[in-house]
Amino acid sequence: MAARTFAIALASGTLFGFGLSLATMTHPEVILSFLRHEDFGLLFVLGGATGVALAAYQFGRRVLRKPLAAPAFAEHPAPMNARTLVGAAVFGVGWGLCGVCPGPAIAGTGGGNLPLVIALAGMFAGAYVQGRWFGDALPGAGAGEAAR
Amino acid sequence: MILPDSLFPLGIAHYLAGGLIIGVGVALLFLVTGLIGGASTVFSSTWSYVSSLPHFRQPRLTGSRAWRLVYAGGMLLGGALFVALAGERFVTAVPGWQLALGGFVAGFGARLANGCTSGHGICGLALLKPQSLLAVLAFLATGMLTAHAVRALGGA
Repeated sequence: MAARTFAIALASGTLFGFGLSLATMTHPEVILSFLRHEDFGLLFVLGGATGVALAAYQFGRRVLRKPLAAPAFAEHPAPMNARTLVGAAVFGVGWGLCGVCPGPAIAGTGGGNLPLVIALAGMFAGAYVQGRWFGDALPGAGAGEAAR
Repeated sequence: MILPDSLFPLGIAHYLAGGLIIGVGVALLFLVTGLIGGASTVFSSTWSYVSSLPHFRQPRLTGSRAWRLVYAGGMLLGGALFVALAGERFVTAVPGWQLALGGFVAGFGARLANGCTSGHGICGLALLKPQSLLAVLAFLATGMLTAHAVRALGGA
């Protein structure tokens, strides 16, 4: 993969982490207050981010036809099936317990919110257990999406 | 005011500004490299460096592990940059057991679902994927139920 890809991944990851931090998504207390209906500000984070991404994904794709520095646009791998919905429901339980999702756990750690390292370790462990015993690379599990 | 202040006791400016910056990051990644910038796949793709289990050897994980790690490195950097500019560091008071157990369950679920709040919530919705909308509704519902239950039981 080209050095340019890594440079862009670093730059966009930095924007992502900065935005999460500015929006205080790196504070589990803020996420938990949203989930308990005490502060609905998270909807503006989701709305703002999705709005800009929507413009890029829908209009950028039509205008450019292909990415500026790659042969083709990728697709999201999640199929419409029970795994996706059960996984999302399980994810929500964890999210409601710890108050951080993967992006904020990483960005918050970068910002010195060190207890989040515990959540990060938990996420790596959870991903391992998922891949070890509930993975989709087993015969008949139906993971057929293209690699990127 | 159409909405009462109590829905947004801390205002909305920083929420919206942060969200827009996140969107610019995701858009930049897509328009230049064509990649979908969800956060949680890095927890699986990084295992492919050390594990020979078939799940972690899938091309979609081994083929994306390098840029995903760099992307996560950028998130660390972005968090550090914000704290350097803001001049103050926040440290959570949520108990360690909640972070550990919640992180584990969230990591497991996100990988089973092939996406989390960013992969389904931001990227999937922006791709107009119906499965992502259903995923978002599912994790909002269980997240709210769990957060209320934990508070009722005396947690953070």
